[in-house]
Amino acid sequence: MITISDLRKVYRQGNNDVVALDGVSLEVPTGKIHGIVGHSGAGKSTLVRCLTLLDQPTSGTVAVNGKELTNVSDDELRNARRRIGMVFQHANLFDSRTTEQNIAYPLELVGTPKKDVAKKVSELLELVGLTQFAKGYPSQLSGGQRQRVGIARALATDPDVLLCDEPTSALDPQTTNEILELVKELRNRLNITVLIITHEMHVVKQACDSVSLLEAGKIVEHGDIEAVITNPSGRLASTLLPLPGDAPQVDGAGPVVDLLYTGDQATEPVISGIARKFNTDVNVLAGSVEHLGDQQFAHLRVQFAPDADLGAIVEYLKSAGIAVTVKEAK
Amino acid sequence: MDFFTELLNNPGITRAMWPATVETLQMVLIATAFTIVIGLPLGILLHNTGKGGLLPIRWLNVVLSGIIVNITRSIPFAILMVALIPVAKAITGESLGPVAASVSLTIGTVPFFARLVETALRDVSSGKVDAALVMGSTKMQVIRKVLVPEAMPGLIAALTTTVVTLIGYSAMAGLVGGGGLGRLAYNYGFQRYDMGIMLVTMVIILIMVQIVQIVGDIVARKIDHR
Ligand SMILES: Nc1ncnc2c1ncn2[C@@H]1O[C@H](COP(=O)(O)OP(=O)(O)OP(=O)(O)O)[C@@H](O)[C@H]1O
Ligand SMILES: [Mg+2]
Repeated sequence: MITISDLRKVYRQGNNDVVALDGVSLEVPTGKIHGIVGHSGAGKSTLVRCLTLLDQPTSGTVAVNGKELTNVSDDELRNARRRIGMVFQHANLFDSRTTEQNIAYPLELVGTPKKDVAKKVSELLELVGLTQFAKGYPSQLSGGQRQRVGIARALATDPDVLLCDEPTSALDPQTTNEILELVKELRNRLNITVLIITHEMHVVKQACDSVSLLEAGKIVEHGDIEAVITNPSGRLASTLLPLPGDAPQVDGAGPVVDLLYTGDQATEPVISGIARKFNTDVNVLAGSVEHLGDQQFAHLRVQFAPDADLGAIVEYLKSAGIAVTVKEAK
Repeated sequence: MDFFTELLNNPGITRAMWPATVETLQMVLIATAFTIVIGLPLGILLHNTGKGGLLPIRWLNVVLSGIIVNITRSIPFAILMVALIPVAKAITGESLGPVAASVSLTIGTVPFFARLVETALRDVSSGKVDAALVMGSTKMQVIRKVLVPEAMPGLIAALTTTVVTLIGYSAMAGLVGGGGLGRLAYNYGFQRYDMGIMLVTMVIILIMVQIVQIVGDIVARKIDHR
């Protein structure tokens, strides 16, 4: 479990104070994968640096499994850091060490006996599927393989928490999928708590149980994927499940509404239900339907006939648990 | 043919050349060893007390960097050699000979090497240091297990440059009492106009420099896994 409370970080730039984190509070329960998204400059990197105490937070606290990292001695901090595995955007492997020596590094630090190191390293190599590259150097690996080594190294001390800072931002889509699948598999196997920092929405869609939107150092939206994706007033819904960019706007030929709904209702024939019940034409203008995890989510833009009873239809849709936004002419 | 038979019978070559070469090697080896022993930690300290280092201490960095390094480097080496003769005498008990000259050579080269070490360490990406810290390394572990090994190709290149410079300096040191090939070239080549000795001395120094450079390049390439 990761607990962040009221974390603030102010950088001094010349005579100006830059507030990079402005009171961030967050809790990620054990075994969950949480995503933090935000635009460039939102404070994502600052958050990870403060989480690992690479940067000293200005105020606020950070704890892993209830054990505080802030305000502890250097020794305690080092021990606490061993409970955290960290994966970097560019893997940050040591070029002078072979794959297995890289993975062995965190174990060497605490003087683990050679035999135990060898055993653990070969287990981890197998876990990330790189056994045949054990003796190779990082420069001989592809980006995805390097990231796998980075993940294996992060797991060497059996941490409770895995922090991933833009883990797939330097990878192609195919490799991104493989890495995210690996992270999910590890979570399932090891019940580890994962925090993924990213600016890519598909990472959130593919891997995360919950998500926070960071903006100007504040969390402005937060919740389980299912909740944020079906919240039409939130900003994450439209980025997680966007309508096609060329979706038609209101054109006067009848009222236009946007619908957001999840799994259970998606299986119901919502559109034909309205058509039958209100005896009106329903025209689907645009839509996107996606499977996230084992659930289905739909975001549709539909138009009714000009004489349709919009009030009654909206009422009906809302009672069916569908989020409705009536589009106004601009 | 005549020129070569003359060379082979030249007492300056048959008798003086070998001991002079040994003296030069002696100076270079002693000075190299001490330059590494003193210059490497100094370079590490320079890097880590600087901005973004593991232990930023501004005043110490300014003192090390500004006073020690820059001032020592701005004094011409020939003048430094002479100025350091009393220091060499205090340390080795003698003011002449290759051992005494090694003291001045070391003091003259340490700042140069330390700067090169600092530059090599700066090339290690901060992400690697962050990774090492997050895995729970102590600062000392970061230096020993990450900074130095990761900078090793650069450090070897720095050492190569330093040894080549030392060979050049050692010839100068020869003039102010150090002996060696510099002294030989001066005594025979300059004072007696013995062009043969001058030439052979230059060739020997050239070969030394080439060997150091080639070995340095091979080692640097061999350990570079980037
Ligand atoms: N060391 C620093 N000194 C001063 N200001 C900083 C420092 N690091 C970050 N900042 C400022 O803090 C704010 C947040 O930066 P941060 O790097 O956390 O953003 P980010 O969300 O990671 O962006 P990106 O997606 O581009 O990496 C920015 O305004 C940045 O200028
Ligand atoms: Mg960033």
